[in-house]
Amino acid sequence: MTQTAEAASSAVLARYEPVIGLEVHAQLLTRSKMFCGCSADYTAAAPNDNTCPVCLGLPGVLPVINRQAIEYAVRTALALECEIPSFTKFDRKNYFYPDLPKGYQISQYDLPLSLNGRLRFEVEGEPASCGITRVHLEEDTGTLHHAGDVLQSATSSLVDLNRCGVPLMEIVGEPDLRSAAAAHEYLVRLRQLLVYIGVNDGNLEKGSFRCDANISMRPRGASEYGVKVEIKNMNSFRAVRLALEYELERQVAVLDGGGALTQETRGWVEARRQTVSQRSKEYAHDYRYFPEPDLPPLRLDAEFVDRVRATLPELPAARAMRFADAFEGLVDAGVAAKTAANWLMGDVAALANEHKVPLHASGLGVEGLRRLLALVETGTINAPTAKELLGELYVSGGDAEALVRDRGLAQVSDEAQLAEAIDAAIAANPDAAADFRAGLEKALGRMVGHVMKATGNKAQPQLVNRMLRERLAR
Amino acid sequence: MSSTRSSITELAARLRAGKTTPQQLLAGAMAHQKRVEPQLHAYLTSTTELAEQQAEAAALTLAEHPDSASPLCGIPMALKDVLCVQGVETTASSKVLTGFRPPYTATAVQRLFDAGAVCVGKTNCDEFAMGSSNENSAFGAAGNPWDVERVPGGSSGGSAATVGAGVVPYALGTDTGGSIRQPASLCGVVGFKPTYGRVSRYGLIAFASSLDQIGPLALSVEDCALVFAVIAGHDPRDSTSDPSPVEDPQPALGRGVDGLRLGVPREYFGAGIDAGVRGCVEDALHVLEAQGARLREVSLPSTEVALSTYYIIAPAECSSNLARYDGVRFGLREEQPSLTDMYLRTRAAGFGDEVKRRVMLGTYALSSGYYDAYYRQAQKVRTLIAAEFASVFESVDALVSPTSPTVAFTMGERDDPLSMYMCDVVTLPANLAGLPGISVPCGFIDSLPVGLQVLAPRFQDARVFQVANAYQRATDWHATRSPLADAAA
Repeated sequence: MTQTAEAASSAVLARYEPVIGLEVHAQLLTRSKMFCGCSADYTAAAPNDNTCPVCLGLPGVLPVINRQAIEYAVRTALALECEIPSFTKFDRKNYFYPDLPKGYQISQYDLPLSLNGRLRFEVEGEPASCGITRVHLEEDTGTLHHAGDVLQSATSSLVDLNRCGVPLMEIVGEPDLRSAAAAHEYLVRLRQLLVYIGVNDGNLEKGSFRCDANISMRPRGASEYGVKVEIKNMNSFRAVRLALEYELERQVAVLDGGGALTQETRGWVEARRQTVSQRSKEYAHDYRYFPEPDLPPLRLDAEFVDRVRATLPELPAARAMRFADAFEGLVDAGVAAKTAANWLMGDVAALANEHKVPLHASGLGVEGLRRLLALVETGTINAPTAKELLGELYVSGGDAEALVRDRGLAQVSDEAQLAEAIDAAIAANPDAAADFRAGLEKALGRMVGHVMKATGNKAQPQLVNRMLRERLAR
Repeated sequence: MSSTRSSITELAARLRAGKTTPQQLLAGAMAHQKRVEPQLHAYLTSTTELAEQQAEAAALTLAEHPDSASPLCGIPMALKDVLCVQGVETTASSKVLTGFRPPYTATAVQRLFDAGAVCVGKTNCDEFAMGSSNENSAFGAAGNPWDVERVPGGSSGGSAATVGAGVVPYALGTDTGGSIRQPASLCGVVGFKPTYGRVSRYGLIAFASSLDQIGPLALSVEDCALVFAVIAGHDPRDSTSDPSPVEDPQPALGRGVDGLRLGVPREYFGAGIDAGVRGCVEDALHVLEAQGARLREVSLPSTEVALSTYYIIAPAECSSNLARYDGVRFGLREEQPSLTDMYLRTRAAGFGDEVKRRVMLGTYALSSGYYDAYYRQAQKVRTLIAAEFASVFESVDALVSPTSPTVAFTMGERDDPLSMYMCDVVTLPANLAGLPGISVPCGFIDSLPVGLQVLAPRFQDARVFQVANAYQRATDWHATRSPLADAAA
C-alpha cells in the first residue's frame, strides 16, 4: 500500500470495523482419490487419463470412502483443536456443471466430521486466534479449459476430469478476523500447519490450497453484521490481502455515499486490482443437499481418533511455531515446500527428538539446513549423503560445503567415471541382468545397489539408473 | 426335446447326465426366443456372441469338473437392461443411454458369469426401472406371456416375460418398490427381492439407491435360491453391501412351515385388492395352514402412508442419480450453442414422461423450503414403517399377502400415474424397510396368474425361501405353462 492509501484506510478503520471469515479448500496428500483408486496426484497425467468409471460418474458405479482421507481430515481437525463427533455422514450437493460428472458433489452438510476448533497465530507480534466452525471432507471437481475468456462466451470448452474426485478438505473459519492483516496471518499460519502435519502441500498458485473470503463492514461498536460479500479467485497470499483491502474500501465508499451493499459473490481480478461482481444472491444455487444414499454413515470411535492423535507431530503452539518458522525460512530461501516439509518432518524431527534439541538450537540451525539442502538441490551431493551429513552437523555443527570438499563426498555425475562400476555391476549380477532383459523391472534395483555400494553411495542414482538401462538395452 | 420351462435343477442334471450340452441349451433358448419374441418383445439386445463363448467355456468346465461346477454352469439366462455388462450396450430402456457400452460388469452379473452362466440378452424394462407395466420403456413395452395384449408388469417386465415364456429358466431383475415381485406375479413366475444390502449394487444403473436391490426371477423357489446363493455377499465396491456372511438358503428349502407363525397384515387385504386375487391368496393361506403354519392377523397401520413416503424418497434420489445424464460425456447429446440449452434439450429428448415426472417431483421435494415438509418428513415415516415391521416380527416369523392388487391389465388401460402407482401398494413397504420378499404363483383368474407374497425380517432371506417353498411343494401353480411357453417349434 502507498502511504496515502494507508492513511485513508486507517481513517476508515476508525469508523468502520471489517468482519472477515475465511473458507479454505485444501487438497489432501493421499495416494488415491476420495472415492476411487485413481491417483490423487493428477498433475502428471495427460488430460482425462487419471480417471476411472467411478470418478467419471458413469452409470451404476459406486463411491468407496478413502480411509486415509478420513485420517488426514481428523488429524487436521485435532491440530485445529476441533471436536470430533462420533457420528458423521456424507451428503450430496446437487448442481449441473461440466466439471462435475455426477451432477452432484459428495460433500458434508449438517453432520460434518469435526466442529468448534480454533487456530492460534500472531498479528504484529500480538497473540490472536480465530474460531474454526468446521472441517469437513468432499471431492474436488474436474477442470475446464475454455476457448475464450469464460464459459459463457467460449466457442468451445474442454473438460479434464483428472482432478475430479481428489480429496478436498474444507476448513471454515468463524467471522472472527477484523483486518486484512489478521486474515493474512491466519492464512499463513493455517497453511504452515497443514504442510507441517503432512496433509497438504500448501500451493496457492497451483490451487491445492485455495481461499475464499467473506467480508462485511459495520460501524464501530455495532453488534450486528453488515451485508456479506464473498470474494473468490485469490491465488496468492498477496492477492488475499489486496483483495480484502480493496473490498474493505469499496464497501466503505458505498456506505459513506449513502448506498446499500448487496449480498453477492465477487471475483478478484488480479490485472485490474479490483473485485468484480459475479453473482448476486437472487441467483444463488439451491443445492438440494440430502444424505448420500450410496455411503453408510461413519462412526469414528474414540479408539480411532486416539490412533490418529498419536500420528500427529507434537503441536504445542511454541514448538509448532518454531517448526513453522523453520519451514518458512527454508521456503523463503528457495527450498521447495515439499522438500522442506519432508526434511523437517522426517530426519530433522527424528534428530530433534533423539537429542532433545530443536533445530534452531542445534549445531546445524535453519541456515545450516538450508545450505545442506542447497547442495542436494544443485546436485553436488545426493540425498543419502546429505542424510549422513545431517546427523553429524546437527550435533557438532560445521560447514557442509567444506565437509563435502574435504571428504570427497560430491556425487559422481560423470558418465566416464561411472562406466567401470556399471560394467562391474552387470558382470557381478548376471541373473539380475537376465531378469531385467526379460522384462522384470525390479531386477534393476540389485545392480543399482551394487553401483552405489561400489562408489561409496556417491553416484547420482538417476544417472546410474539411466546408464544401466542403456547398457542392458544393447 | 425342447428345454422350455425346464428348471435350473432339471437342466443341470441333464447337462451332467450328458443328455444335453450348454451349446444345445443355448440353441434351444435362441430358437424359442425367435419364435416368441415378435409377440413378446422381452429383449432390447441379444448377446449371441457372448452367449456362444460362455456356452463353450461352460461345456469345458462341465467336462473337466462336473461335480464342482456351479448348478448354473451352462444354463441360459437373461439380464434386465439396467445391469451393466462390459462392452454390451446398456440402456436402462432410455434413449438418453443409447449407444452406451459400459467398460465394467456389475458384480452380481460377474458372479453369475464366473459360475458359468450363459447370457442370451438384455431384457426390456420400464425406463430407469420406473414403472409397473413396462409401458414406460422408450423402446416399446414387452407383452405378457399369458396374453400378449396385457402388460407383463414392471419394471422388470422383460425378465418376467422371458422366463414365463420359457425362453430362459431365470433372469435377473431389480426391485425398488416391487419391480421383481409384481411382474413375477403378473407373469406366473417366482420373483425374489433380497434384503437390502445382501446383493451388491455395483454396476446396477441406479434409480433410488437406498431402495434398489437385484434379485432373480425363475420358475421355482429352489431356482431363485440357487441364483441368490451365487449373487449374494459383500462387495468392497458397494459400501452399502453387508459384510455379514450369507446364510445358505438350501437347508431352509426343506424345512416346511410346521409351527411357523405367519402374519396376515389386515391392510394388505383391504381396499384396492381385487376380490378374485384376495380369494386366491386366502386359499393359499389355507394351504400353508394345512402344512402346520399358524396364521395370525396383524396390523401395519403405516401402510396407508407408505405409498406417499415412497413417492417422495424414490423420486428425490432419482432426481440426483439421473443428473449425470447431461450429454457431456456419454449417451445422447443434443448439440446446442449454449451449455444450458444443451442440458435442457438433451434431457428433454432423452427422458420419457414418467422419468421427467419423477425428476421434477424429487427436485421439488429436496428444494430449499420444502425439504423439511417432504423429504425429512418422509425419512421419519420411513423409520416408523421399519419399526412397525420390526415390532410385528416379534410375534410372527413371516408375513403373507397378495403381491399385486390385480392380475395383469391390458396395455394402455391405466393411463393416469396414480392408478399405476397403486400397483405397488403391498410391495413397496418392504423396500422402505429393506426386507426380503418373494412372489410365488398361487392361482389364476380367467387364465391370468395371481401371486402370493412372503416377507421376512431383514437378513432372513432363507425364511422367505422356507415359507415359499413349503407352499410351492404343496401346489403346482408354478408348473402351469403359459401359452407362449407352449408355442410349437
